[in-house]
Parts: sequence; C-alpha cells; structure tokens
Amino acid sequence: MATTTPQQPRYAVPRPRRGSGLTSWADRHIKWLFTAPAIVFVAALIVFPIAYTVFLSFTDSASSVTRPFEFVGFENYARWLGDGERFWPAVARTAYFTVTALVIELGLGLAIALLLRKAFRGQSIVRVFILLPLVATPVAVGMMWLLIFEPSIGFANVLMKSLGLPPQLWLSGTDTALNTIIFIDVWQWTPMVVLILLAGLSTLPEEPDEAARVDGANAWQRFRHITLPLLMPTLGAAAILRAIDAMKTFDIIYATKGRTGGSNNEAETLNMLAYNESFGNSQYGSAAALLMLFLMFIVIILTALTILRSKGNRV
Amino acid sequence: MTITSGAATRTAEPRPTPPRPAGGPVPRRRRKRRLAPALRAVAIVIVVLAFIVPLGWMLMAAFKTNLDIVTPARTFDFSPTLNNFATVFGAQDFAPFIVNSIVVGIGATLIALLLGVPAAYGIARYRIRNATAFVLLARVIPGVSLLIPWYFLFSQVQLVGTYTALILTHIFVTMPLVVAIMTGFFEGLPVELEEAAQIDGSSRVGAFVRVVLPLALPGVATSAILSFIFSWNNFLFALVLSNQETRTLPVAISNFTSYASVDWGGLMAASVIITVPVMLVALFAQRYVVAGLTAGASKG
Repeated sequence: MATTTPQQPRYAVPRPRRGSGLTSWADRHIKWLFTAPAIVFVAALIVFPIAYTVFLSFTDSASSVTRPFEFVGFENYARWLGDGERFWPAVARTAYFTVTALVIELGLGLAIALLLRKAFRGQSIVRVFILLPLVATPVAVGMMWLLIFEPSIGFANVLMKSLGLPPQLWLSGTDTALNTIIFIDVWQWTPMVVLILLAGLSTLPEEPDEAARVDGANAWQRFRHITLPLLMPTLGAAAILRAIDAMKTFDIIYATKGRTGGSNNEAETLNMLAYNESFGNSQYGSAAALLMLFLMFIVIILTALTILRSKGNRV
Repeated sequence: MTITSGAATRTAEPRPTPPRPAGGPVPRRRRKRRLAPALRAVAIVIVVLAFIVPLGWMLMAAFKTNLDIVTPARTFDFSPTLNNFATVFGAQDFAPFIVNSIVVGIGATLIALLLGVPAAYGIARYRIRNATAFVLLARVIPGVSLLIPWYFLFSQVQLVGTYTALILTHIFVTMPLVVAIMTGFFEGLPVELEEAAQIDGSSRVGAFVRVVLPLALPGVATSAILSFIFSWNNFLFALVLSNQETRTLPVAISNFTSYASVDWGGLMAASVIITVPVMLVALFAQRYVVAGLTAGASKG
C-alpha cells in the first residue's frame, strides 16, 4: 500500500490540466491527426491526378500542356478499340507476357522454395544470393542482359554454340524479343515468389505432414494433398502480386528495346504504348483513354485471378 | 558434408515404414536416401549459379576493355582495368547523378516515414478498413496514368526538372511500402504497453512517441531501407520529370545506349555502380529486406 500511494497524484493531478490544452485536443482526434497528412497527400497526388486523367481521356489534348483542348466524347476510346495495328497486338502481348511469366515464376518459385525449405548449412548465404536479382535496379538488369544476349559477342550464344545449338537473335529478333524479356523477368522476379512461399511454408503446421508420413504417404502425395492445399492462399497472394507488376513491366522493356518496344514494336505492351503515346508523341488525351482501357485490362486479369484463387483455396 | 548428413537424419528419423510389399523396396529406399541429399545439394548449387552468374558476368565486363568483352577467349583470361570507371566518372560525369539519386531517395524516404508511420499507427489501432485497399490500389495504378496529370501540374508551376517534383512523385512509390510494412508491425505490438503509459499520465501522442516508436524501430528500419531501394531503382518518374541536372542514375544509364556504338565496358561499369550499393544493403540488412518484401504479400 505504502508503495502505491505516492504514485496516485502522479496521474491524478496533471490529467485535468491537460484536458483543456492542445494535447487533449490532439488526443481526442489522434485517429485523424495521424492519418490526415497521408490522406491529404494521397488525395493531392493520386486521387486528383487519376480524376484528371479520366477527364483528359475525353479530350483532344495534345502536343503541349498549355494548348487549349476540346471535348471529343468517346472518340479516343473508339479509335483505340478499332486499332488493330498497335492496340490489339499490345493487348495480346501484355496478356501473353503476364500469363507466361506468371506461370513460370510460380512453378519455378514453388520448386525452389521447396528445395530450400529444410535447413541446410549455408542457408543464409543462399538466401542472400537469391535476394540479389530482386533488389538490383531493373534498368541496370536490362543493360546486363543486353550484353549477355548480344547476338555476336554475348555469352548466351557462346553457350548455345558449346551446346551444339544454333545461335539466336534473342533481344534483337522480332520473334524472340518478347520471350527473351520474359526470361529476364523470370530471372529477376522468381526470387520474390520464392521468398513469399518460404515465408508461407515456415508458418505451415507440421502435424498434418507428420500424420501423413506415419500413414505411409510418399513425398509426392504429401506435397500434393497436404503442403500444396495449405500453401494455396500464399501462392494466390504471390500470383496476384506478381501479376500486378508483370502487367506494368516497363523498365526492362525500355532498357532493352527502347521507347517503342523495338523497330517493329515487337515488345510493345500496353504500358509501353501508353508511355510512348503520352511522352513520345505528346498525345495526352489519346494516351489517357488508352490508360483507362489498360486499367480495365488490369482489373479484368485481377478479377480472374481472384476467382481462380478462391476456387484454388477450396480444393 | 554436414549439409547432407543434417538433412538425412531429419528425413530418416522415425517412420516405421508401413505395410509395403516386402523384399526389393527396402535397399532401394535406403540408397535413395543417401542419394537425395546429394541431389538436393546439386540442385541448390544450380539455382544459386543461375541467379549469380549473370551478375558476375556484368561485374567482370565492367573491368574489361571493350576488346576483351568481344573476345570469347578472353572471358576469364583478361587483365582487369579501371578505365571503364574512369570513363563513367570522367567523360560521362556520373558523380552528380549519384548525388541526385541519393538526395531523391533520402527525401522520398524521410517524407514517406513522416507521413506513413503515424498513418499506419492510426490504421492499425483504429482499424481503418479501406486503408489496406488503398495501399493495394496504389500498387495497381499504372505509373503513366499519374505521370500525365503530374506533368501537367508540375509544368504549370515550373517544377518539372526539380528535386521537389522527383521527391513528391517518388513518395507515391515509398509511402504505400511504409504504410503496408508499418501497419503490420503496429498490429503486432501489444496495446497494453500504450495503455500502461497512459495510466502513468502520458498523453496518447506522448505514448506513441515515447513507447510505441522505440519499439517499432526495427519496422521503421525495414521500411526505410526498402523505401530507399525502391526510390533508387525507380526509372519511370525520373525519366519524365528530371532534366539534365536532376537526372537520377537509372535515367543516366538508359542514355548510354543511345550512342551510335555501345560502349559495353562503360555501360557495365555504370550498371555495377548503380546495382552494387543496393546489393550491399541487401547483404547487410538481409533480414529487414526479406521481411519488408514479404510483408505486403502475407496480407494479399
């Protein structure tokens, strides 16, 4: 008792005085005080700009930001949707790029995560090695592969020759450029899937696996019927995360193929096309409409993935 | 060797191998058990090589003359030179670009922490639901659709090409990261500590500053490191909004290829200069970087 009494006044006395001051006001509104600056920033630099882009998509704004523009209704949208030369091929490339990269990255990522799951000596250094592609600057990664895939001096064709295979044009070939960029994307981003899955694997309960082992299930059966279903939510999260970034791939395409995605636009995805239309051709209104269509494309793919994911979770 | 034996004991432990047809399978399984760890070690080495060799290739080329780069026979047998780095810092004058990248990275990280950490605390403690959806939205929106209005806005107020424009736009990349990482971190901290501080006479804001923040330092470190890396690596925003003086490293590098013939040695030296710092950070702060990268994912 004696020890607690001296403490009484310490909070009994100053409290009422605080009640009238600024601190009390801050305390009562802490929820908004803490979040307001971020909300204001987000509104000013994200919400308002997006609204402005929607607005621009219905205008003929072009060539200069100060040039007056007029409303043209859905003309920009109609033009893109009727454009079989640049728009639809870009849609097809974006879909192909995203789906192919996603499937390979998830498959490889799962295999590597399972490979590294059990502890082994040198585990931490291996994880650092796997982290390196992930943090490397994408533009520099593009430059690095540009040299490796250089048809006449690059290591890729030296390797092909030593394996007795015909040399390829890789990034410079019209047919091979997009696939080579997918390869680069896989190299850089599979580690991301591995890290996410390793984090997921470390939280899985061990009992079901043990029980199945005692019941005589082999490694494949245990993976197929226990580990994989338990890991499905994590796999789904990794898929959505990677899909979002893959659809918007920009840096490595720009670094290896330039602004127009190659002289025949062979690597031009929707994001590249939108960039070129706005900051290459200065067709802001038209680019804004394209970006709205791109956003719809992203939403469609993500919805499809979410549906797939909820189905996958149930299996 | 310890790798293999460690793994072997774990797999070989209990398992009273249940009713299997007697005879053949037993020795085969035993042999497989000795073989599996070796195969696993080989597979791990292959995986590591696949991720490391290209980076090693870049590193080697940075120290080669252009003649050695184009000669396959000189792949490993070359005399290292620093000429490429001399070109990058001399003729290409890269030093200011490094400064630009550091200034923009630190600026964008500090402001993102200042805005994002309290916001994350508010989101975590008062369960603001839509916030997580908003963080996800910031990931989904294509950068170009923000760049057009930003370009309009910054042109009106003469900010194109300034650090201000670059820092403001890079916060779009760094703040969602900070909020995502810190929200998860604050949710993991027990509320009781703050309540105890308040009972002891501290205000809520005071409890946050004196009790919560010190405990959240590892989270702050994680988000600061990741913010800086993401800002450092960002290419798109600086490509449009920087000028000759404020150009950041990724933009400076992308200009290397626009010359008639590519100076491969210089290009690789420049790539090494830009990637090595982030890789060193990843090396020394591995735990934080991994935690930060996977933080957003677990929420999906």
